[in-house]
Amino acid sequence: MLARLREAALLMVGQPSYEAYLAHMSAQHPDRAPMSRIEFFRDREQARYGGKSGGRCC
Amino acid sequence: MKHLPWIILAIVGAIALSVVAVSRGEPINALWIVIAAVSTFLVAYRYYALYIATRVMRLDPGRPTPAVYRADGLDYVATDRRVLFGHHFAAIAGAGPLVGPVLAAQMGYLPGTLWIIAGVVLAGAVQDFMVLFISMRRDGRSLGELVRMEMGAVAGTIALIGAFMIMVIILAVLALIVVRALAESPWGTFTVAATIPLAMAMGAYTRWIRPGRIGEVSLIGFVGLILAIVYGQYVAVSPFWGPVFTFTPVQLCWILVGYGAVASVLPVWLLLAPRDYLSTFLKIGAIAALAIGIVIMAPPLRMPALTQFVDGGGPVWSGALFPFLFITIACGAVSGFHSLIASGTTPKLIASEADAPVIGYGGMLMEAFVAIMALVGASILDPGLYFAMNSPAAITGGDPATAAAAVTAMGFPVTPEFLEQTAREVGESTIVSRTGGAPTLAVAMAEIFAHVIGGPAWKAFWYHFAILFEALFILTAVDAGTRAGRFMLQDLIGLAIPGFRSTTSWLPGVVATALCVGAWGFFLYQGVTDPLGGVNTLWPVFGISNQMLAAVALMLATAVLFRMKQDRFAWVTMVPTTWLLVCTVTAGGLKLFSPDPAVGFLAHARRFSEAAARGEVLAPARSMADMERIIFNDRIDAALCGLFLAVVLSLLAFTIRTCLAARRADRPTAREIVPDMVPAE
Repeated sequence: MLARLREAALLMVGQPSYEAYLAHMSAQHPDRAPMSRIEFFRDREQARYGGKSGGRCC
Repeated sequence: MKHLPWIILAIVGAIALSVVAVSRGEPINALWIVIAAVSTFLVAYRYYALYIATRVMRLDPGRPTPAVYRADGLDYVATDRRVLFGHHFAAIAGAGPLVGPVLAAQMGYLPGTLWIIAGVVLAGAVQDFMVLFISMRRDGRSLGELVRMEMGAVAGTIALIGAFMIMVIILAVLALIVVRALAESPWGTFTVAATIPLAMAMGAYTRWIRPGRIGEVSLIGFVGLILAIVYGQYVAVSPFWGPVFTFTPVQLCWILVGYGAVASVLPVWLLLAPRDYLSTFLKIGAIAALAIGIVIMAPPLRMPALTQFVDGGGPVWSGALFPFLFITIACGAVSGFHSLIASGTTPKLIASEADAPVIGYGGMLMEAFVAIMALVGASILDPGLYFAMNSPAAITGGDPATAAAAVTAMGFPVTPEFLEQTAREVGESTIVSRTGGAPTLAVAMAEIFAHVIGGPAWKAFWYHFAILFEALFILTAVDAGTRAGRFMLQDLIGLAIPGFRSTTSWLPGVVATALCVGAWGFFLYQGVTDPLGGVNTLWPVFGISNQMLAAVALMLATAVLFRMKQDRFAWVTMVPTTWLLVCTVTAGGLKLFSPDPAVGFLAHARRFSEAAARGEVLAPARSMADMERIIFNDRIDAALCGLFLAVVLSLLAFTIRTCLAARRADRPTAREIVPDMVPAE
């Protein structure tokens, strides 16, 4: 329950689960090195706020 | 048997709704409205959303969604539906559902309540759900691309132009609300200004000290915010710092334009991202607290069910109930802007088609609930106070004595002492003509929160807390919207000059940012200098544009249903489309051609240009230059209305053409993207 709330709060500000990303990378791309937690954070920060993902609502 | 609880719920809702609808004279309790809304929403979700999902869309829980077949761990991630609901709700809910219903309360609480409840069930939630469905079946593409795929390239470009213009108007109207809330209020201005260094400190913390620790840094920021509010009252009374943070509306306008230009080119980690943490969490927290507060306090509604302004002539905004009520409450009942969100990040995160109803339809019901709470907030205030706060200075005269006289003459008795006392309680020098909706809601929230925590002595704290909460997410929207507008503009100009799309060279970005800030800054300045408060002019234009975008989204949905050969169910989208077209085209037409200068831009321009030709200066203009500016502004607004009308009518023509072509085809022609067409990442 608490973990869900934490996940929801993070996704609200554009940060998907890093664990899910790691799981995806190890399942699909075991040959590639995944981004570190901090690189992942920066990447998602830019994706959300860079402006490409559209504006916020009224 | 499984229907029995729902039948009981429906009966409860019907009873509550009839109490709300038929009570006259005697004040009713706000909880009746809440019960009526919640039970209607639940029944609508259980039956109507399910009907749309199974019969109209024929959702297939076994069909892979983009989050599954394109999974990349970044943009496309299959997400738990409760987590995604939170994400989607946080993305769609903003200032719109809070401000529109407050303004609509000038006609009494009944028209707004009925429109929010009926509008969301039949139009707003249907729109969000349909767009989410369409985008989910097409790789999570955006609204412009969806229109292009289903209705052709020209229609797609027209939709993009419309979306950009709406963005500009939204930014202007949001910034105007901040200006109205902070003008001549050193306490409010100080707390909002304090969020800038605070956010930068948070940004530095997540950059260098503890990267990525959002929870920690948000807690630190929250403590900082509370300190800023508490400390703000000492700033306001300080003989030195008080005047430093006291600004006129025009000064604030220039500060905001400058802020928008600078903030939108700063790196995102420095200001935008950390402040978004604060504004997002504060928004969710404040909305939850407001719901709990209303239930605990169970306040009676003091606004009448209907006021004499249903026929027009109201001081808050001009025009009669039809069509202008349906324009004033846009977000909360039906909001076109949501179609950009429902075709943005959400369809890329949805794990199964079976989750679409709760996200698409349910998320919008939740926003309508926020709108209902805002309407309740405005309606529990003394009507005299409501009209003294929301009538422009041209009517109230700007001080408590003249305002009390003017509002009492409207039929809502109020004394100057009461207005002064209320201002003192919330820690402001005056509350007369604080238009824009946000201050009214803040007074209501202070009333509700102080009832639960702290008592009357805490009203000033809660008032500034509410102002800060609204200003914070509006500033975030201005900043994020300017960035998004810049890319939209680069894409649009790129259609004519391909080099303009480049993201590697800095010049197109700077030019597009400047154009974007200049565009909303122009409308903001016009609104700030408007003697009728600006809300009067800008809010209807915003409402018309937002509802027109909703009509465009619903027309796209109609076209898609025809192309799926599901035309016998197309009434689900055609009924709300028709209603929105009737409202927006009538309202747009009246704004253009009404002979009443209070409503029609061209009539207003004519009145002023005729006076100017005679060499007269009409109030509120003070010089010939003022006259010229008023005439020019009217013509710009008229041109804008005309442009919106042209966008929506041309897209209507494209829709009809698409639907007719789809009917002639002997098999479905909708261009869904099936999973095996795209390689998994």
